[in-house]
Amino acid sequence: MDRRKFIKAGFLTSSAIALGSYSNIYPFLPSSLSSDYDLVAIKGGEPEAMFDKAIASLGGMKNFVKKNQKVVIKPNIGWDVAPELAANTNPKLVARIIKHCFDAGAKDVYVFDHTCDNWNRSYAHSGIEKAVKDAGGKIVSGDSESYYHEVDVKKGKSLTSSKVHELILESDVFINVPILKHHSSGRLTVGMKNLMGVVWDRRYWHQNNLQQCIADFSTFKKPDLNIVDAYLVMKRNGPRGVSKDDVLTLKSQIISTDIVAADAAAAKMFGMDVADIPYINYADEMKVGKKDLSKLNINRIIL
Amino acid sequence: MNVTVLKKIRVAVSLLFFLFTLSLFLDYRNILPPSVYSKILFLQFIPSFVKFLSIAGLSAIGFILVLLLTLFSGRIYCSSICPLGTFQDIISFLSRKLKKKKRKREFLRYEKEKNWWRYSFLGLAVIPFLGGTIFFINFLDPYSSFGKISTHLFRPLLIMVNNAIAFLFEKMNLYIVYPFEYKGVEIFSLLFAFAIFMLIVYLSFTKGRLYCNTVCPVGTLLGLMAKYSFVKIAVDETKCKACGICERVCKANCIDKKNKKVDFDRCVACFNCFDVCPTDGMKFEYGFFSSSKKNSQNIEEIRLSEREEKVSHSKRNFLFNTFVYAVGLTGITLSQIKITPKKQSKVAVFRKNPVTPPGSQSRNNFAQNCTACHLCVSVCPTQVLQPAYLEYGLLGMFQPRMDYQMGFCNFECKLCGDVCPTSAISPISLEEKKLKQLGKAKFVKDNCIVNTENTDCGACSEHCPTKAVNMVPYKNKLVIPEVKDEFCIGCGACEFACPTKPYKAIYVEGNPKHLTAKINKEKKIEQEVDYKEEFPF
Repeated sequence: MDRRKFIKAGFLTSSAIALGSYSNIYPFLPSSLSSDYDLVAIKGGEPEAMFDKAIASLGGMKNFVKKNQKVVIKPNIGWDVAPELAANTNPKLVARIIKHCFDAGAKDVYVFDHTCDNWNRSYAHSGIEKAVKDAGGKIVSGDSESYYHEVDVKKGKSLTSSKVHELILESDVFINVPILKHHSSGRLTVGMKNLMGVVWDRRYWHQNNLQQCIADFSTFKKPDLNIVDAYLVMKRNGPRGVSKDDVLTLKSQIISTDIVAADAAAAKMFGMDVADIPYINYADEMKVGKKDLSKLNINRIIL
Repeated sequence: MNVTVLKKIRVAVSLLFFLFTLSLFLDYRNILPPSVYSKILFLQFIPSFVKFLSIAGLSAIGFILVLLLTLFSGRIYCSSICPLGTFQDIISFLSRKLKKKKRKREFLRYEKEKNWWRYSFLGLAVIPFLGGTIFFINFLDPYSSFGKISTHLFRPLLIMVNNAIAFLFEKMNLYIVYPFEYKGVEIFSLLFAFAIFMLIVYLSFTKGRLYCNTVCPVGTLLGLMAKYSFVKIAVDETKCKACGICERVCKANCIDKKNKKVDFDRCVACFNCFDVCPTDGMKFEYGFFSSSKKNSQNIEEIRLSEREEKVSHSKRNFLFNTFVYAVGLTGITLSQIKITPKKQSKVAVFRKNPVTPPGSQSRNNFAQNCTACHLCVSVCPTQVLQPAYLEYGLLGMFQPRMDYQMGFCNFECKLCGDVCPTSAISPISLEEKKLKQLGKAKFVKDNCIVNTENTDCGACSEHCPTKAVNMVPYKNKLVIPEVKDEFCIGCGACEFACPTKPYKAIYVEGNPKHLTAKINKEKKIEQEVDYKEEFPF
């Protein structure tokens, strides 16, 4: 990062911290000014504070959400477990993202997941249902097949069609908010694996080369933003976890528009070699995104 | 006191009991707190009685209160507490409304008692029960029948309405009402519920409470008690003008205007007669033995009692035969249960023992205490509890089982034990439940995707809440499941998630007696995290 950029970023982030959403105060700033990072990695703070800074360094949520747009946020709410077990996305982070969306002028912000455990209980126990409602967002069921509509995955090798939740198909902005954790069969679950929660039939993926299907589906629809929650990280026994002993407090977050880059960075942060996670490599080969982080413009923030 | 107020009280009380009980079965969103279930169902006769046999505590004395109440003032249970009874009253009420419009004759009138039927059904419930099977009670208990009707007919109807509304809202981009993903029900349970529903509707539409005085063993038993109840309803012969208005509103068909008599053991204490009598011709009699009956014993009654004696012979034969038949059938069980039919996986997988819900302790305990009211089936949030067909054998028909094709037992849930009105599923603490081993997972490697397709899968291990199913290194950098069954609780998450067809590559073999799993305790992840350290990229 050159000095000028650093100063600019530093100025913008500090003003964002001092004054809240800076873009509301400096609406004349062109959004492209500060958004030439491919990826932002931040650590050492609380989920909300980290998100505030990280998104500011990407030009703020205004860069992604326009006035009166319909936003869908897809966190991981797969399991009926408490937030401290780190199987589901941090509810505080979800709430903060919703707030930024509304501040940027979003009309509606929807949140859903096709859960593995009973959905009502997972929504409640994860703390996400309450967080969403309190933030003014709308929590929607992902549990009914009637919400899912068949689409073609044109570039897919193993997965050529899938039934996808209508909110993903109809919304103007799609924000993917996975939690980074160990995964017994996928090796690691981050952004691409999180998209398994927007389709109806997951068994098909498992039957037909899971790793390839994960990569295939990421060709279907690119999230407008991927926000990886790595505040609490489940290091083993994933994706559900057995106890708090599996969890490490990493206090980190990664944001990128490139889902492959986000996953690759998260893998390194987790302590894994990207080469050991097949779907990241497949997606890279299919040109969904870039796994080679050395070629990216990364903003690294340590609080 | 104005006696006509009694009818109003009866209607109000019965509707309260009916609506409360019904709401328990219709609560598909699990809104009601589990603690209200036992309060609402406290007085249900058969569940309370069955519970009392295994837990003789205060929570199970509801049936004793019902007996005392009956001994005091007759079959109040039938008039006000029994949900199936009130359901019949509602049908009769509608019937009366419809028939009035068409100017038809009133449909109720005095009928002779059908003792052969009554005592046969009572015997059918009691004798096999003494012989150790609850089978016939599962078919005859009015509360449990109402439960099945509610679970398999009313509840799906409500869900349909809900889903229709959800669909309309969805079209307007509103997600306030969400559709309920109803996974269906065992067909024979549905057929039985439908049959009993049709029978009830037909009988109550045409004959009032005939079901209660022919089929229902609780009605017959309480009727036997009511013969000796302290307060009885009788005809005041000095005031009665034998106009017969009372007879035409008597749901139990037990007022005989000709002989100015009330057959009180069939009377369901509805007080309709007091309400309509223009001459104050109905009265209460006090004393445990009936005076009017003795006084006005007439030829017809003598004839009746003669007939009853004659009948009792064949009755005894009938009961004996039924009993023998029932015992003979206990041997027939479908010990082998096939798991899904399609194609792909090759090794046929059969479960030797069905899996009973957590808290049921053992298959035997469950079989003896479950009256198949299907309340647990109604409340189960994952719909894993489904009525059995022949998985438990004929005698366990309709008793719920864990159906891992439908779903799996939610790790954090113990609702079934909280709501069960008998002691078939005991309430247990969540900590206990999380270690209750209902069965053990069995891995069938030859069916497993990782082995047959050489690709990653691991759906079983993902869903396992205790990581009894773990992924271990396999060839070509793949990972394959490994089961440590001492940690397995038999929740069925692995079996449900397993994508192979027709046979699963992992399934739960039931424990006939539930065991306790070991805690999968690992050392805490220890890793120094330096929040100031540079990123690894």
